[in-house]
Amino acid sequence: MHATPTIERILRGTAIALVCLFFMFPIAWIMLMSIQTNETILRVPPSVVFAPTFENYQALITGKLETAAGTLEINFMRNLWNSLLLSTSSVALGLVLGVPAAYAFARLKFRGSEDIAFTLLSFRFAPPLLVLLPLTIYFQQLGLANTYGGLIWVYQLIVLPLILWIVRGYFEDIPADIEYAYRIAGHGFWATFRRIALPLAGPGIAAAGLLAFIFAWNNFVFALVLASADKQPVTVGALAFVTASGIQYGQVAAGIVLSIAPTFALALYAQRYLVEGLSLGAVKG
Amino acid sequence: MSEAMLRLDAVDKFYGPIDEGVHAVRAVSMTVEKGEIIALLGSSGCGKTSTLRMVAGFEAVSRGRIHLAGREVQSLAPVRRNVAMAFEGYSLYPTVSVRDNIAFALKAARLAEAEVARRVGAVAEMLEITDILDRFPHSISGGQQQRASLARALIRKADLHLLDEPMGQLEPQLRTLLRGRIKHFIKERGLTAILVTHDQTEANALADRIAVMEGGVLQQYASPAEIKERPANLFTGTFVGEPPMNVFPASVAEAGGRLHIDLQGGLDLVYDLADFAAPVRERMLAARDVVIGVRPHAVRRAATGAPATVVANQWLGDQSHIAARFAGGAIVLVEHDRAALAEGAPITVAIRPEDLHLFDAATGQAISHGQALAG
Ligand SMILES: Nc1ncnc2c1ncn2[C@@H]1O[C@H](COP(=O)(O)OP(=O)(O)O)[C@@H](O)[C@H]1O
Ligand SMILES: [Mg+2]
Repeated sequence: MHATPTIERILRGTAIALVCLFFMFPIAWIMLMSIQTNETILRVPPSVVFAPTFENYQALITGKLETAAGTLEINFMRNLWNSLLLSTSSVALGLVLGVPAAYAFARLKFRGSEDIAFTLLSFRFAPPLLVLLPLTIYFQQLGLANTYGGLIWVYQLIVLPLILWIVRGYFEDIPADIEYAYRIAGHGFWATFRRIALPLAGPGIAAAGLLAFIFAWNNFVFALVLASADKQPVTVGALAFVTASGIQYGQVAAGIVLSIAPTFALALYAQRYLVEGLSLGAVKG
Repeated sequence: MSEAMLRLDAVDKFYGPIDEGVHAVRAVSMTVEKGEIIALLGSSGCGKTSTLRMVAGFEAVSRGRIHLAGREVQSLAPVRRNVAMAFEGYSLYPTVSVRDNIAFALKAARLAEAEVARRVGAVAEMLEITDILDRFPHSISGGQQQRASLARALIRKADLHLLDEPMGQLEPQLRTLLRGRIKHFIKERGLTAILVTHDQTEANALADRIAVMEGGVLQQYASPAEIKERPANLFTGTFVGEPPMNVFPASVAEAGGRLHIDLQGGLDLVYDLADFAAPVRERMLAARDVVIGVRPHAVRRAATGAPATVVANQWLGDQSHIAARFAGGAIVLVEHDRAALAEGAPITVAIRPEDLHLFDAATGQAISHGQALAG
């Protein structure tokens, strides 16, 4: 190891600080907002000196929003629960469907397999609203509108292509001969998939699952159109803070903090997997 | 029953569409008897691995048929063919120890724990990997991985053992040592094995028969001695043997009651008609344009003969390799003693008629080996 020149160290430190500031500032700002009242937030000129208050969180958790026009019932905790339910179930279903499919696309090169895989990916290209309009009508006819099942199904549009493409890359990275060696020793196709391919692609599957979870969690428009209040996730639920008597900035901020907390924690915890999953799996075709 | 253990009938392999893709294996037919060790010998890219993988079932057979232990297998799944294989790239399971890698198949066959341990111990000892049994594949060297992979294949009871360059990564001493042990192991258990190699010493030492391949074509399939003494064509002649056979284009003519073999550069080898049997002579004269071949060990320095000029003289510790300019090309001689020959020294070389191999210049097929007609 040789000593890095001081000037380089300073420049690098400054650059890192700037990047951190750029990305962390909004989060820090929101956190500060979430412990202020609407009055202190809207103060001119703005100031960072204020008496912290937890009434925003209290309002969210108890579900009673005090506004100038009186008390408003909101159901933010319900939204949070919906988010968790929808995202978790969607990812679970996505993994059950997507991982075997990814394996098939990686291992069984059949006529048109590339086209089918690409078609699945292209679901991600279409503006969701384009799909949503016809879907709304079908869902109403099928009785799927405003059901968790229906939402989880639509969420597959987000979750499946992601899982499919990332996990497929991982499967393709496993040398086929390792699986052949296992199969020739007297094991069938499915045993090989379960005992050799799945464990070896484990990190990729975890990364794809995490990423899909975050995408599902952040989805807004599907639930906005297809579900009513009691099934809506936090992204949509936050709209409730736009009330007749103005926007409740403090509660919006607290809501945002609560809603990004799970994905934020998840991302921090699984950073390594995510970076690996994205850089290794996703760039491969 | 005298059914061969393995029979390939005109097997073709195309990577990509049939008749359009890479034609890796071309109409290969061969049989392997039970208990035989066969070496598949050829340079890199000649189709050895492709052939093996078709037998194992990892590559589809484009054309032709494969019979294994009396069953037609080319459309059976690998798991149902009852073959064991050591892969060129080792392909150990990265998530389990070397010991479990080796024992996997035995456990799948529901063998008693003690019996598994005993067999793993024995094969590990034979291959000198006892001390790494509890390590994981990524933490051992390439040579050790290769032996672990070989152990995984050899430990199994199967109709056929396919070993794809199983010793390529080993240092020479270990290779020589293991060669003997592996042969003993296979013979003792009556296993049938196909061993892919590009090392002719290994093929000669291990195999009952050698299948020489080049360009996807099976060039010759015979015992090591037969291949050495009676190469079927120019390729086998020059590919097998160390140093390689000397070859020279020539034309054959009869003049003045003697047989003249005219080499390039105005050189003329003259033999008595009686030196060659009548049928051989007839074939030589009929072919006219030929290639003559002579093994370096068979070239002698003599008082009378054809002139040559020494260009290099190397003492290898147990033999001399002497290279000399000869007939517009170069000839190599091997002698068992040191030769006091400096660069530029003139020598005369003699080639006995019984050491001459003749090949058809147009087709490369052998015409004769000494007194005997080829084929
Ligand atoms: N999967 C493949 N796809 C296309 N060509 C291949 C494939 N595997 C091998 N080949 C080609 O087939 C020929 C024979 O290869 P291989 O059987 O591996 O030779 P060897 O084992 O004798 O070195 C080579 O030209 C090689 O490039
Ligand atoms: Mg090979």
